[in-house]
Amino acid sequence: MTSRRLLVLAERLLPALTLALLLAAIFHQQPRAMSYFGLNLLLNLAVPIVFATLAQMVVIAVNDLDLSIGAYVSLVACIGATLLVQTPWLGVLALLGAVVLYAAVGALIAWRGLPSIVVTLGLSFVWLGLAVTVLPTPGGHAPAWLATTMGWKPPLAPLALWIAAVVSLVGWFAVTRSSLGVVLRGAGGNARSVARAGWSLMAIRVAVYATAGILGLLSGLSLLGLTTSGDANIASRYTLISIASVILGGASFVGGRVFPVGAVLGAMTLTLAASFLTFMRISPDWQVGAQGLILIAVLAIRAVLARGKEAAP
Amino acid sequence: MPALPDAARREPLVTLTGVSKSFGAVQALRPVDFKVAVGECVGLVGHNGAGKSTLMNVVAGVLQASGGTLSLGGHRTLGGPAYDIRAAHEAGVRCVFQELSLCPNLTVAEQARIAHPSLHGFGWRRKAAAMMGQALDAIFPGHGIAMDDTVGRLTIGRRQMVEIARAFTESTGPAQLVILDEPTSSLDAEVAEQLVAHIRRFVELGRGVILISHKINEILAASDRVVVMRDGGIVAERLRQGTTREDLVGAMGHVAERARAVRISSATADQVVAMASGGPGSLGLTAARGEIVGLAGLAGHGQTEALLRIQQAAARRDRAVTLRATVALVAGDRTADGIFPLWSIERNMSARWLPHMTRHGLIDRAIERSEAARWRERLALRTPDLRDPILSLSGGNQQKALFARALGSPAQLILMDDPMRGVDIGTKQDVYAMIADEAGHGRSFLWYTTEVDELFHCDRVYVFNAGRIVAEIAAADLSEDAVVRASFQEHA
Repeated sequence: MTSRRLLVLAERLLPALTLALLLAAIFHQQPRAMSYFGLNLLLNLAVPIVFATLAQMVVIAVNDLDLSIGAYVSLVACIGATLLVQTPWLGVLALLGAVVLYAAVGALIAWRGLPSIVVTLGLSFVWLGLAVTVLPTPGGHAPAWLATTMGWKPPLAPLALWIAAVVSLVGWFAVTRSSLGVVLRGAGGNARSVARAGWSLMAIRVAVYATAGILGLLSGLSLLGLTTSGDANIASRYTLISIASVILGGASFVGGRVFPVGAVLGAMTLTLAASFLTFMRISPDWQVGAQGLILIAVLAIRAVLARGKEAAP
Repeated sequence: MPALPDAARREPLVTLTGVSKSFGAVQALRPVDFKVAVGECVGLVGHNGAGKSTLMNVVAGVLQASGGTLSLGGHRTLGGPAYDIRAAHEAGVRCVFQELSLCPNLTVAEQARIAHPSLHGFGWRRKAAAMMGQALDAIFPGHGIAMDDTVGRLTIGRRQMVEIARAFTESTGPAQLVILDEPTSSLDAEVAEQLVAHIRRFVELGRGVILISHKINEILAASDRVVVMRDGGIVAERLRQGTTREDLVGAMGHVAERARAVRISSATADQVVAMASGGPGSLGLTAARGEIVGLAGLAGHGQTEALLRIQQAAARRDRAVTLRATVALVAGDRTADGIFPLWSIERNMSARWLPHMTRHGLIDRAIERSEAARWRERLALRTPDLRDPILSLSGGNQQKALFARALGSPAQLILMDDPMRGVDIGTKQDVYAMIADEAGHGRSFLWYTTEVDELFHCDRVYVFNAGRIVAEIAAADLSEDAVVRASFQEHA
């Protein structure tokens, strides 16, 4: 194997290696975490983050950025904790309406050629306003079926790991392998070329934002199932975490380079990083900064690998 | 291959009658009549901005004609929305556009998927790879491209080969008419010949090709008929037989280039750059004040890398490079490393000048503006206002702005990375004259070019082969043959 191929391989495996390293450090600090129960506790909050990350990933695939995903996930959780319990049909309708609105925003961005960052930043305030209207103070409760689902303990591995595995497989197939995924990434790589081949960029964006809306819906509901109550700000930090996870997974902000499996691993890494820092007895005040340092370290390694790859024969 | 009966040859494949196109008040295309018959390759020549690309975009359904009729297969329209890219594709029209239009993040096989909506379902990946592989093998035997290579990692020449091959692939319907807009701008001579041969084979099958190229010899080799455009209209039409290069250049509205004038060298004894040999079998490189040094060889054999190395040596010490002058680079791949697409023409020009036109740390707008205006005059840049966005210019004029960026700076050594890619003959002549003039005033040029003709403007030529400098040829000994021989030399 040439050194170039080795570097390519290292770059590919970087998200997995990061996660493995972090897990090893955690098990070293806290050997009791190395059990079904321990892993469940460590990882179950990763499920909603994984879904939010994939939502962000499809948006990044077409060179857009979604700054409203956190607020949207919060809104879904709020609707789930109130309307979905009180008047289920109205709850379902509200959730479907939110997905349709998401798709409509995609259409607006494509139609007027607006910068997605601005539009979704504005949209995040709309979601927040709606969430506060639905649930003015933290509270409500999750529908029983949701809490049961998220509390399920499947054989062999905790639910979070099963979900991560299935979701990465589906994501890999849909985005990396399928013929539709090629068009999606092509639109990120060279939109004009895709349009000139007869594809509708409008249809692509609508599909992307609708998919993001559905994944955000899954994120909000799984979060609600875990926390069992809602809050208008419950997932506001998901916006930045999801972007960080996608990038940690090997993706670039532009150019249609996204990796679903990497993104899922990235989401799990960032979830675990928080637990690890707690085990290290680092005060929560410093945790966000420490998480940032982990991110910078991984990205620095990636940059070094990429440079080595350019130089290698 | 069965020869086509003459009667079939007269059948029209595509016919445009009185087709025109205007953008607002600007008439890009005057009403033109144009047709391609079955089994015919039509060459289309003209200066940048003559309307060739507009005409082809109408045929390809990218632009809707403002008037006239177009008939092609079963479609007959009056420029309405019924004839769009999809309809053109279904009718068998395939295009290779001037600027490379592949998705750099996708693999070679995946490019086929973008062009063929019918490629889906189980096993599509295998079908796509087979499709692209066959097309590449048929057109460019020995291309050395793997189907799972990511396009962005290929050299610009290979990217162009992939794009050409994709235009000849077929899925649901046959490729009836293939439009090639400057397909060989980044290909070296041998590969370009392979393409010409393929065009001939393809039209013998009863298909049609429209070939746009600034390389007149290529047009004459490939086409049955040549159409000349000027100022948005068709001004001449010639059969290939009996047409010479001078005829066409004359019809395009420029005096024929005269036989190679011997350049009177302005080189001095004063060396401005020296790059040590890059290993066994490789020569070093030097250039003197006032000298024009050509870098030749097949595309992508290390010429660009050498230029970049010298450019970087200006900022960071490099033991192999001795540099006694300030440098400026004229980029060849305009969109990738030349222009700032969102900036004005003026700002694009002044990007390299700024350090020298500041006052108290701020840009002196008056000087910037007057300098830009001076270069616009000198380069005959065609634009109503220098504050317009750079993308409002045609490709050739954008390149002129990049020349202004480098030549307007105080840099004494100008590095040129195949800057004439897809530039029309008129602009080229202007630029050649300017380069000679600047060299006369003591500037030095390192000029990488894929066009052998351009080497005759140099004082000395280095030939690159597989990353090494394998030959140094003085102007007096320079011949196309000598360059080709060194380029194809097998090394132990």
